[in-house]
Amino acid sequence: MPGLKDVKTKITGVKKTSQITKAMNMVASAKLRGAQEKMESFRPYTAKFTAAMGNLSGGMEGGNLPLMEARDISNVEIVVVTSDRGLCGSFNSAIITMAEKLMLKYQSEGKDVSFVCVGKKAFQYFRKTGKVRKSYNDIMGTFQMFNAREISQDLAANFISGGSDHVDLVYGKFHSVASQKPEREELLPIKPITDSEGSTQKTEITGAYTYEPEPGEIMEVLLPLYLNVQIYHAMLEVGASEHAARMTAMDNATNACKDMIDQLTLLYNKARQSAITGDLMDIVGGAEALKG
Amino acid sequence: MATINLEVVTPTGPVISTDVDIVTAPGHGGEFGVLANHAPFLSTIKTGTLSFKRDREVKYLMVSGGFAEVSNNKITFLVESAEYGYDVDVDRAISAKERALKRIAQAQQKGEQINLTRAEAALQRALARIQAAENSRQG
Repeated sequence: MPGLKDVKTKITGVKKTSQITKAMNMVASAKLRGAQEKMESFRPYTAKFTAAMGNLSGGMEGGNLPLMEARDISNVEIVVVTSDRGLCGSFNSAIITMAEKLMLKYQSEGKDVSFVCVGKKAFQYFRKTGKVRKSYNDIMGTFQMFNAREISQDLAANFISGGSDHVDLVYGKFHSVASQKPEREELLPIKPITDSEGSTQKTEITGAYTYEPEPGEIMEVLLPLYLNVQIYHAMLEVGASEHAARMTAMDNATNACKDMIDQLTLLYNKARQSAITGDLMDIVGGAEALKG
Repeated sequence: MATINLEVVTPTGPVISTDVDIVTAPGHGGEFGVLANHAPFLSTIKTGTLSFKRDREVKYLMVSGGFAEVSNNKITFLVESAEYGYDVDVDRAISAKERALKRIAQAQQKGEQINLTRAEAALQRALARIQAAENSRQG
């Protein structure tokens, strides 16, 4: 039977921990609201952008745009977007596992893999592979469009100069508050966007458009922007997912603390009772001895 | 007068969605105006001032990089940022302009191409802000 005092200290400790996890849960849920709002206000932009891109790329052949050029793949780059901080359950590790599997797959095909890490967690993990080409830390909290632009410009430059022939993006997609799953998307080369509704109808509309400047030149401006949009989108998703995942994780932790406190309290009461029983036995024994 | 539906969308959400008489925008090849029932049109947008008129009232907006699409009597601007002229913090824009000018000088001295383009973009934005603010004060 553990000492009374030990159990009591432990109970206080667990109680304190549960206070912290509860506070973190509330902070996460407040931040989630902000992140979700940010994500939702970005949605119309993405939708309109993709529609316009579809209109445009439907009307033209792949052309000789450097960002759309499909080459023989020998160097693959994987962009991993995670959060900067931990304590959010298996959210980051799920993304990292996915990226690592992807790396192993590409390596078994004899391709060279390099990483671009957005968010500290990805960098901390992939640092030891020595394949990290670039990392962006401590931007996930307050990121802005220009952070995404910096990343996408770097990716595009590396792709055009031949540093990579194919770029994949791995990030955590926000499905709901209860579920966030890692997702993989192909970033570069950019594929022409075709709607499921058949492309013939699209081309008809595009035929009537007047372009200024030429479609090819517009595409040259739009493609980097498109890349930008995709990266920013991934960052927003990860931002919201991180807080949702932390909320769940902290809720679980608070519940676990409660269970532990219950068990410890039981233990404490048992220990107290047996101590009282022991004391009583002593007194009774002493009284008996005096009588004798 | 026939109107055209104007919509300005930025990554942080829609800014305007309204019916207007005429829209003037800083296009890639110079400023262009769009009236109701314009033919389908797609153009890239430079950093500058966008103006639109409704019932003789003209409003000015600062917009930065993106593109505009006209179709079905609707003009949609997809830009990285947009701000009403009367919302512009002029003092801040002026200090941003001076900062950008300083940076340009620095970058030119050291020959840093990346910083130069960045500073130039910042200067463009600051100028567009100031312009939009001035226009809406006069208008």
